Amino acid sequence: MQNHPVYTDNDPQNELSTLNLGPTHPATHGVFQNVLQLDGERIVSGVSTIGYIHRAFEKIAEHRPFYQITPLTDRLNYCSSPINNMGWHMTVEKLLGIEMPKRVDYLRVIVMELARISDHIVCNGVLGVDTGAFTGFLYMMEYREAIYEIYEEVCGSRLTTNIGRIGGFERNFNTIAFDKLRKFLKTFPKTLKEFESLFNRNRIFIDRTRDVAAVTAEDALSYSWSGPILRATGVDYDVRAMNPYSSYEDFEFEVPVGTNGDVYNRFLVRNEEMWQSLRIIEQALAKLEKEPTDIFHADVPDFYLPPKEEVYNNMEALIYHFKIVMGEVPTPTTEVYHSVEGANGELGFYLVNDGGRSPYRLHFRRPSFINYQMYAPMSRGMLLSDAIINMSSLNVIAGELDA
Amino acid sequence: MGKFSNEELLNKLNAEFPEQLTVVGEPFGLLTLETGRENIIAVLSYLKNDAALQFIYLTDITAIHYPEEEKQIGVIYHLHSLVNNVRVRIKVFMADGDVHIPTATELWNGANWMERETYDLFGVIFDGHPDLRRILNVDDMTAFPMRKEFPLEDPNRVDKKDYFFGR
Repeated sequence: MQNHPVYTDNDPQNELSTLNLGPTHPATHGVFQNVLQLDGERIVSGVSTIGYIHRAFEKIAEHRPFYQITPLTDRLNYCSSPINNMGWHMTVEKLLGIEMPKRVDYLRVIVMELARISDHIVCNGVLGVDTGAFTGFLYMMEYREAIYEIYEEVCGSRLTTNIGRIGGFERNFNTIAFDKLRKFLKTFPKTLKEFESLFNRNRIFIDRTRDVAAVTAEDALSYSWSGPILRATGVDYDVRAMNPYSSYEDFEFEVPVGTNGDVYNRFLVRNEEMWQSLRIIEQALAKLEKEPTDIFHADVPDFYLPPKEEVYNNMEALIYHFKIVMGEVPTPTTEVYHSVEGANGELGFYLVNDGGRSPYRLHFRRPSFINYQMYAPMSRGMLLSDAIINMSSLNVIAGELDA
Repeated sequence: MGKFSNEELLNKLNAEFPEQLTVVGEPFGLLTLETGRENIIAVLSYLKNDAALQFIYLTDITAIHYPEEEKQIGVIYHLHSLVNNVRVRIKVFMADGDVHIPTATELWNGANWMERETYDLFGVIFDGHPDLRRILNVDDMTAFPMRKEFPLEDPNRVDKKDYFFGR
């Protein structure tokens, strides 16, 4: 960057080439475009274009009852859908003033931490691929599959999970889910250790990532960064620790921070977060031992959809089902902001309610959208190949970018 | 929770900006204030730069549309003081036809895209914004889709009429 020659306007060598990086480029891992001005391999300037998969979720949400908005949140960050689902349920529960039983909180923590691990597996695995190390990715992907199988046992689906309901879970965790979870907890640490030993002190990887796209804490805060990439700059802002939700205050975990916010630091922070997530899940399993095993939702018949067999055979359940579906349960006229620590940062839901069956206004604070806006400015002066791994380590998910 | 209460925050703000802030409420412990657009940058920069308050983190900028109100469009700022762990919400309402508000990009770089998104969806014009273009929708779109009069679906569609569903 320092030795980069500066050409004057009349210089015959002053020829920049324009490169369209995206919208469909295998290295961008998503649908978004960057028009880059290149001088050789150096990026002189860049313009980001987003919106390729804008689906107007905020508009659709204004026309849907609360319980039908969960599937929309699935499609924000589709690498860790359960966190989005839970964040939305908790927002509505906060609005309605529903207190959750501890067991539901702990089950939610388990699901959310699994989602965080699966998101970080993809991000760090793909970062390896982009730097030329395919092996780590293959090692780790097996465990994303294991996590998806746990989701399957809990809710029946894998990627866009639609897991849980307002007021709890739609069904209790079965024994197979717990068995698979225990198997995962037993086998995954070994692989994660292997993955770390493949990368953490790997000379090629360090040369490729250290001091690449380093960001100061001031810049990161000015750009409202959040999540692992903010923590890699040394700011210990984690919503789970700062504004605990879903009983995170009952758990012991550390918030890993980096030093200079480069790609290597982000990689290390994400790896350490996976260890901390494993720690949280272990604690949650231990806490579940002391809880009654049959509670999986709060006792709020006004808002929690009853099971179908109840609806067909039980008068009260039928009435509640009808009231919920027709939107005849009054809701408070107020506004609520609730945020959870998504895999990419602070995922916020700003819900303005007018007492009807659907939100008057719902806004998603999407971490990828806010994190990504620094990408073009920070790419200036960077090598094209560094810009690629910078993008993978920002972990921009197109669904969350566009909403 | 936070290191100072909403009351202390409000007292400080009222001392600095007498009679320019209205308290909308305190839903779920989040102090919500309303102010005019002529004050908004002064209020935001006071909140950001005051040594005790330190609302250095801009969580979000968004807008809301109330078609029945006189001042239809509201811009909503969420700030977070990371050191003290206190959040605050500030609203500015404007009449339709004159939806201009000064930009916050001079205070936070991150305000850039948030304001572009708000412009794109609500047509709020942020004066002084360096690059106020549409961000999610196509450039040649003329409507502002998050306003309430914009229909969710094409009203000319015939395949979703009630009689197809026996209604």
